[in-house]
Amino acid sequence: MTSLVQIRDLRVEATTDSGRTIEIIRGVNLDIAEGEIVALIGESGSGKTTIAMSLMGYARAGCKIVGGSVAVDGLDMVALSEKDKAAVRGAKIAYVPQSAAAAFNPAIRIMDQVIEVVRIHGVMPLVEARAKAKALFRALSLPDPESIGDRYPHQVSGGQLQRLAAAMALIASPKVLIFDEPTTALDVTTQVEVLRAFKSVISAHRIAGIYVSHDLAVVAQIADRIVVLRNGEVQETGTTADILERPQHPYTQQLLAAVAPDHDVRRDASAAAAEALLEVHEVSVGYGPLRSDGQPAIVAVDNVSLRVARGRNLGIIGESGCGKSTLARAIAGILPPFAGGVVFDGRELGRSARNRNPDQLRQVQIVFQHADTALNPAHTVEDILGRPLTFYHGMARRERNARIDQLLDMVKLPRALRLRRPAELSGGQKQRVNFARALAADPKLIICDEITSALDTVVAAAVIDLLKELQRELDLAYVFISHDLSVVEAICDDIVVMYRGRKIEQITPEAMARPEHPYTQLLLSSVPKLDPTWLDRLRQDPEQVRAYCQR
Amino acid sequence: MTSDATSAGRRSRLGYRINAVGIAGALIVAFWIVVAFAAPSIIPHPIGDIVDSDYFGPMGRELWLGSDYLGRDMASRILMGARYTLGISVASVIIAGAAGVTLGVIAAIMGGAVDMVLSRLLDALNSIPSKLFSLVVVAAVGSSIPVLIVTMAVIYIPGAYRFARALAVNINTMDFVVVARIRGESLSYLIRAEILPNIIGPVLVDLGLRFVFIVLLLSGLSFLGLGVKPPYADWGALVRENIGGLPYAAPAVIFPSLAIASLTIAVNLLIDNLPTKIRDREAS
Repeated sequence: MTSLVQIRDLRVEATTDSGRTIEIIRGVNLDIAEGEIVALIGESGSGKTTIAMSLMGYARAGCKIVGGSVAVDGLDMVALSEKDKAAVRGAKIAYVPQSAAAAFNPAIRIMDQVIEVVRIHGVMPLVEARAKAKALFRALSLPDPESIGDRYPHQVSGGQLQRLAAAMALIASPKVLIFDEPTTALDVTTQVEVLRAFKSVISAHRIAGIYVSHDLAVVAQIADRIVVLRNGEVQETGTTADILERPQHPYTQQLLAAVAPDHDVRRDASAAAAEALLEVHEVSVGYGPLRSDGQPAIVAVDNVSLRVARGRNLGIIGESGCGKSTLARAIAGILPPFAGGVVFDGRELGRSARNRNPDQLRQVQIVFQHADTALNPAHTVEDILGRPLTFYHGMARRERNARIDQLLDMVKLPRALRLRRPAELSGGQKQRVNFARALAADPKLIICDEITSALDTVVAAAVIDLLKELQRELDLAYVFISHDLSVVEAICDDIVVMYRGRKIEQITPEAMARPEHPYTQLLLSSVPKLDPTWLDRLRQDPEQVRAYCQR
Repeated sequence: MTSDATSAGRRSRLGYRINAVGIAGALIVAFWIVVAFAAPSIIPHPIGDIVDSDYFGPMGRELWLGSDYLGRDMASRILMGARYTLGISVASVIIAGAAGVTLGVIAAIMGGAVDMVLSRLLDALNSIPSKLFSLVVVAAVGSSIPVLIVTMAVIYIPGAYRFARALAVNINTMDFVVVARIRGESLSYLIRAEILPNIIGPVLVDLGLRFVFIVLLLSGLSFLGLGVKPPYADWGALVRENIGGLPYAAPAVIFPSLAIASLTIAVNLLIDNLPTKIRDREAS
């Protein structure tokens, strides 16, 4: 039997700035049968999107397909002329992008964009296309399928837009669909709905396709087969069940292990008994000009109190926009709260960093999500780590050099990196430097604001292990902010759940299996599990979903 | 898997790449800089001496670029003129750049009222037409080299300020500046170490462009008789002196104009084609 898509010995090269060529896809073979979804899994830079793009005969700027063949329904996409490729794209092969928000033109109504492909290829009359679009909207369980097409992209939510992007891809009944991380940018509760919609449409239309993702648990719900990629080479191919239950390749095993981090044995004493290091009392933070009642125009954090004991960890979870990062910024003094106070080590801290003394500033350090913007691109690693040493501890050159070496050892970076600039480091290395800078201050509390969310699973797991290890050695306390529940569960003693600027519940990881607040229940049940049947078995109370989700 | 193949433009061992147009611009600029420094020792005749029997003399073996309206050697006068044109313009652009960039970065970091006051003040200054402003100042105070330098610096401060502020505002929102700020760093450290290194490239390019404007303004002022005073002359003054030779197509009026054009165009070509650093993480 010949398969619908046959990729044979695909080679893609990229040209670097200095004119060197690098092979980014090294002889990949891939088959997709009719009605089969194949997932490409791998870390960033493994070439998964590049392979998916090659299905359309397309290579991104600077890249070139130099060898091999990509046969889609009998046509070799590599050999076709640009004009012939254009005739196939959209009609036979369609693409669902990672960021639907960036893929829609904000000035054109949704319906016109969804049926644009039909207009270009002329596959059916426009009236028929509109009717089909509405049917697709219904199939993707979008609200108001009759009228949602008349809206503009900013008038629908992120999850809805992602499903509309799928409708756009499906309108011309393509044979092959490419999903490029379509749910990565969504919150977990939204992701559930989008995945369900995708799954039902895929089985209803018997669509074949490629699903690109770095999230094994998501892929487990959708894919029939999984291809594990690394450095442009296929590491392992197998059915979803095989890969999840009987991974052969060490890298696949590593990936699986990173998804479910091992839980520490909890330290015995209860958090309440330990001495408080940080106490946040009824803090409210907002943005914008103050109104007449003394409140700012937008209140991002509303009356939140929490407590972190010495040497312990507090996790803060919630969806995007729930105010967790704002709260972190208020604790660090970046954004002064308009009500409430922060007590650290028994003393009230100034609301703004300007009103705190250097020692107070030293003891609370914050590590940001994006190591790219948190490290000055003009400085070397040595400069970056050396500055807090000079500033807080007044270290002279020799002492400072010794300490920088120590810090690099602590975060497990080779000392040879000292003279590199951030642009010459990988994402994981940057985040380690970022963390080492916080350690250089000898803090008592480190606020970690989504520090692993920009990292690949395997790298993130290594960073988390590092945090745990350092905590044992240095008696640190962490405030750990994340939307990734498994990470928080692995490292925290207490977990605060936030929703729309309010703290709604505080639970321990042990209690995560049976949370009390309905929102926490919804949030926790929405986290994808490695079990392929998870999505089909998931039952969520529609009442709760309506109450807490802005889908 | 890697090969040292195709490369667009020239590469040097320093890891920078520059194209042919940029090299040509750089060579012309370097030529004028050398001339400005070496002028007194390379001029064939003293600039004040009348060496030709006729005025607006043609180009010849003795007088390369002919003679001016008094019969003085044009080549010598242009070579010496480079000192004034380049020297005054460079001094102005340095003052304008240093003042404008410092104020711009301060405004970006401090924000609020400081930003407001500085921006409005410099906007007000910017709203005065530059030629008119310099004419009034020079007419009122009298023309001397320091007055010219300061006047032109003041005229170009608002532009440098706007440009630096716009760049610095973007850098200022980066997390590494926030980190430095909550470390308790001083304003001068934030300017010097966090912001300046990240905007210096575009700022220098902008100052190059501003240098061209200053050369043209200085030449314009000198042409109007408000620039460098005789017997010394910058290129603008040379054009003015010899404008009477225009009907005879005298080299005396054409070559100073060519000198102005070659310098300004060369600076423009250079800053449009500056050497770019080759970003290649894995190489060497």
